[in-house]
Amino acid sequence: MSANIFLHEIRAQRRSVITWSVALLSVIFVFFSLFTSFTKDAALMNEVLARFPEELRAAFGLGNMDLATIEGYFAFSFVFCQLLLAIQAANYGFSLLSVDETELRADFLLSKPVSRGSILSSKLAAALLSLVVTNLALMLGTFTAIALFSGATPYNPKSILLVLLSGFFFQIVFLGVGLLISLLARKIHSVTPYALGLAFGAYVLNAFSGVLGDVKLELLTPFKHFDPGFIVRNQAFDAPFLLVDLIVVIVCIGLSYWFYQRRDIPAV
Amino acid sequence: MRVIEVNQLTKYYGKSRGIVDLSIEVEEGEIFGFIGPNGAGKSTTIRLLLSLIHPTSGSACLFGKDIISAGAEIRKDIGYLPSEVFYYEDMKVIDLLKYSASFFKGDSSSRIKELSDLMELELGRRIRDLSYGNKKKVGIVQGLLHSPRLLFLDEPTSGLDPLMQRKFFDLIRQENDRGVTVFFSSHILGEVQRLCNRVGIIREGKLVEVSDIRSLQQNNYKKIRLNVNGENPISADLPGVSNLQKENGLVQFFFRGDINNILRKLALTDVSDISIEEPSLEEIFMHYYE
Repeated sequence: MSANIFLHEIRAQRRSVITWSVALLSVIFVFFSLFTSFTKDAALMNEVLARFPEELRAAFGLGNMDLATIEGYFAFSFVFCQLLLAIQAANYGFSLLSVDETELRADFLLSKPVSRGSILSSKLAAALLSLVVTNLALMLGTFTAIALFSGATPYNPKSILLVLLSGFFFQIVFLGVGLLISLLARKIHSVTPYALGLAFGAYVLNAFSGVLGDVKLELLTPFKHFDPGFIVRNQAFDAPFLLVDLIVVIVCIGLSYWFYQRRDIPAV
Repeated sequence: MRVIEVNQLTKYYGKSRGIVDLSIEVEEGEIFGFIGPNGAGKSTTIRLLLSLIHPTSGSACLFGKDIISAGAEIRKDIGYLPSEVFYYEDMKVIDLLKYSASFFKGDSSSRIKELSDLMELELGRRIRDLSYGNKKKVGIVQGLLHSPRLLFLDEPTSGLDPLMQRKFFDLIRQENDRGVTVFFSSHILGEVQRLCNRVGIIREGKLVEVSDIRSLQQNNYKKIRLNVNGENPISADLPGVSNLQKENGLVQFFFRGDINNILRKLALTDVSDISIEEPSLEEIFMHYYE
């Protein structure tokens, strides 16, 4: 770990962290500004939803959330935050090392007296800090939005906090997978299509696994592993899935170190 | 002390050839020229020595330490100017140089100032706004600011105007006077001739020859030009004659060997004009290129 690389990366990511935080807060505020009109007709709303085909409800993650409660409503809106969180984290993962190569400045960094392991550690630490800051902003924003828009509706802050905490772990999975894929590719010309592909792919997989029912595609996607509805209902993470993701992250990051040490940096 | 020691270094990119069985030794304080056409493997060699890429087989030591196991430690004493310079586009020149300096011990700010004054580099500008030549200057300053003991220059003069090139050469000579070893890759023989003590010629990934520049030029080859009245006495099968060209009465060739042999031959010839001179490196090495 070298402090100068870490600081440099933090500085470079500052703007991106602000942009993503603003986007996430917008989602939360837009959703919660509609909360009172939702609850007014909550009974009706739940009834309408109940009439929807089960597959459709599952596809939209509305399977078993009570939209009349703050927790249920938040869990519903958090799915959209998850999509943004996934794109952000995948983006950081894919670009972490590849951006130096596409912008052809890897020669600059790697000809310095610093090991590749140390470069990767510093960049990872910077990316993790960026994710932590983003999640903290989302946390603050969420509780502010609830305070502003929910009136006197009672709610269980523990459920909300657990869902918010899940955001960080959820992101680390995308970060790790993105990083590993970026090192398997010979050269990544533009990070955005990869990041969008990974994030939307995982999202769609979750939606379809709800529709198809029997097929266990959900095993593959963090959107299912960190289903906000499940967390609210059980007031806990889905432990086996959490373990799976932990292993995935460790394997991805471990392999990334291995590949990066041996990587040939493409010349111009 | 041997600063660079390369042993049968080989690099293949998949099936395509980088360099094959390359062995070189460079002593401390030398300016070693590394000459070859584009695609011969010059950059590959330098990038291998900096562990930017990994060898397929063979090994190399810098300052007596293995380039792979001691890479990070070795690079404390290395300055590198890549052939194409690309840096963090949205940084200011001074911030990039400070970032570069932060990887090394000691305070480099006075040296940054001194070098950029010399190269007429404006420190306050953003890198994205710089011309190619100015980016090259950033590369030169960042390669030298930590006072390295070994310099890798990969086609360093491209993009620099002749005046800047001269300043740059003076700077390299100054560094060399302080004992810095220089590994200078180029496809322009003239500039290598001006600067280097020894030169290695690389062609299609293989080292064809390593020679002392002076002995190459002085002892080996003469370029002889004649205006012949009458019959031309020189034929291509004479020992030592190469690159023979005839046009009307004008005969031009290279001679390598005992100069007396050719003088005796010429003494019997009726000529209207004759010149015997040192060929340029370019002319000497043309046959390696062909």
